[in-house]
Amino acid sequence: MIPASIGSAIIEPGFFSSAPVQVALVVGAVAAVVSGVVGVFTVARGQSFAGHSLADVGTAGGSAAFLLGISPLFGFVAMNLIAAGVMELIGIRRRRGRDIATGVVLGAALGLAALFLYFDTTSTSTTGATINVLFGSIFTLPSSMVPVIVALSALAIAITLFLYRPLILSSLSPDLAAARGIPLRFVGVGFLAALALAVSLSAITIGAILSTALLIGPAATALRLTKRTGFAVAAAAVIGVGATWLGVVLAYDSYYWTPSHRGWPVSFFVVTVVFVLYLVVNLVATRRASGRRTSAPEAR
Amino acid sequence: MFSQFMINAWEASTIVAVVAGIVGFFTVLRGSSFAAHALPNGAFAGAAGASLIGASTILGLGVFSLLGAVGIAILGRRARRDVATALTIVVMLGLGSLFLSMSTEYAPEIYSLLFGEVLGVSSNELLPTAVIGMICIAAIIVLYRPLLLTSVVPDVAETRGIKGHWMEFAFLLVVALVTTMAVPVVGTLLIFSLLVSPAAAARSFTNRPLAAMGLSVVLALVTVWSAIALSYTSNLPIGFFVGTIGAVTYAIGRGWTVRRRLTWPAFGGASLRP
Repeated sequence: MIPASIGSAIIEPGFFSSAPVQVALVVGAVAAVVSGVVGVFTVARGQSFAGHSLADVGTAGGSAAFLLGISPLFGFVAMNLIAAGVMELIGIRRRRGRDIATGVVLGAALGLAALFLYFDTTSTSTTGATINVLFGSIFTLPSSMVPVIVALSALAIAITLFLYRPLILSSLSPDLAAARGIPLRFVGVGFLAALALAVSLSAITIGAILSTALLIGPAATALRLTKRTGFAVAAAAVIGVGATWLGVVLAYDSYYWTPSHRGWPVSFFVVTVVFVLYLVVNLVATRRASGRRTSAPEAR
Repeated sequence: MFSQFMINAWEASTIVAVVAGIVGFFTVLRGSSFAAHALPNGAFAGAAGASLIGASTILGLGVFSLLGAVGIAILGRRARRDVATALTIVVMLGLGSLFLSMSTEYAPEIYSLLFGEVLGVSSNELLPTAVIGMICIAAIIVLYRPLLLTSVVPDVAETRGIKGHWMEFAFLLVVALVTTMAVPVVGTLLIFSLLVSPAAAARSFTNRPLAAMGLSVVLALVTVWSAIALSYTSNLPIGFFVGTIGAVTYAIGRGWTVRRRLTWPAFGGASLRP
């Protein structure tokens, strides 16, 4: 009885019986796990820009899908896979060249997005398309999409696990990996494909632009907690799921306590939770490191 | 095409292209494309917030792009630069989605901030654009040598007493200014394309800094002028043309590099990069 009353104090009535909320919790968790797993390697390889760009690039696919009347998810996936291929094709492996290649692909894709969104708004007269594609809408996802999303997530995780060891080595030391005969190009393309899938999924759940939050935030936090890749991957997944669920709960509750009773967006809450957690962990890690330094100066 | 209401568009886009070409040279040289994308996109939240409290758009953009530059610089001291930039843009956009949900602003307004409404530039927007543009160019002239040194040979810069992280912060502030200047007139997408594609293409043709900078300005002007002309005649969004022309210019530049490398292998490897 007591836990139930505490629960109802935090979670407003009707939370678990609402179908959109159930779908949001399941899909959000799946996207968060995939983003966490792929995100650790994204951060370790210094490809945050590519990860973020793919989310924006996907809007071109999403808006094209809207135009064709098919689910935006397929548009996102197709466009992101193409863009990832082009980035790898022109994106010299050097870090600075990659930055430019990503930028040019992003610029071109955003141009396409502008074109498709223009057609969307003129042909259907629903101006909501822009907002829908850019900021996502976790509460309006049809439950029929759940199996597709789960299947694509499984594929992204399978690619990452298949490439697990060469990925770690080529992320930490490309030269050593090349010396050991690891096909860097193959690993790079495989990883970008996994990244494209992961980004498409989170773009559908919390919106194209904010999917970066789930990809980078939990992974960066996890990598501050532990240096061991296995632990970091698990921690990033757990943090991502926790932040997403907390965000959904807060957004649902916000309907009751915001002044106008309009509710605040899920993406805002997820981002806030992710960022605050990152700052706290960073602060603790820094404090712990400096404490160690002052307590044992002779050890250095 | 050159009627009275189009004059503002031509003038505003010319100012933006000149500034973007110059600042873009350093954006590409320093590998700061992500920041050039994050600040305009994130500052969009500032515009949404400003319209919520009834302040001017340019003030909201200015405040948010400055906060973004500070955020990237502070977070960047403890994390990789790309991670710091990603976290900053995410927080800014999170706030943006909150502001949007609170406002009654309708979608076309947002669309114009994201993708630009250069044909709707009013004449009283021209003066702030020109003034801020001049400040950006002045800042680049003052910072030219230290910026170049920290971008190309960071070690040499360090021994001469130039602090890399302060130059990085100074450059982010310039990008923040460019954002404030350009987003109200051309939108976030356009300014990003103009900061990256012309400068990246220019670097394929020459390795000398000043020549690359000049060529980058010329390419930015060609891009934006032809985009306006095409947009005017075809009635399609200008962002589409700027993005496509930018990508094509870059592809030509890359093609040129590859061809030169094949023809004169001895010169192909020479580059500004360390």
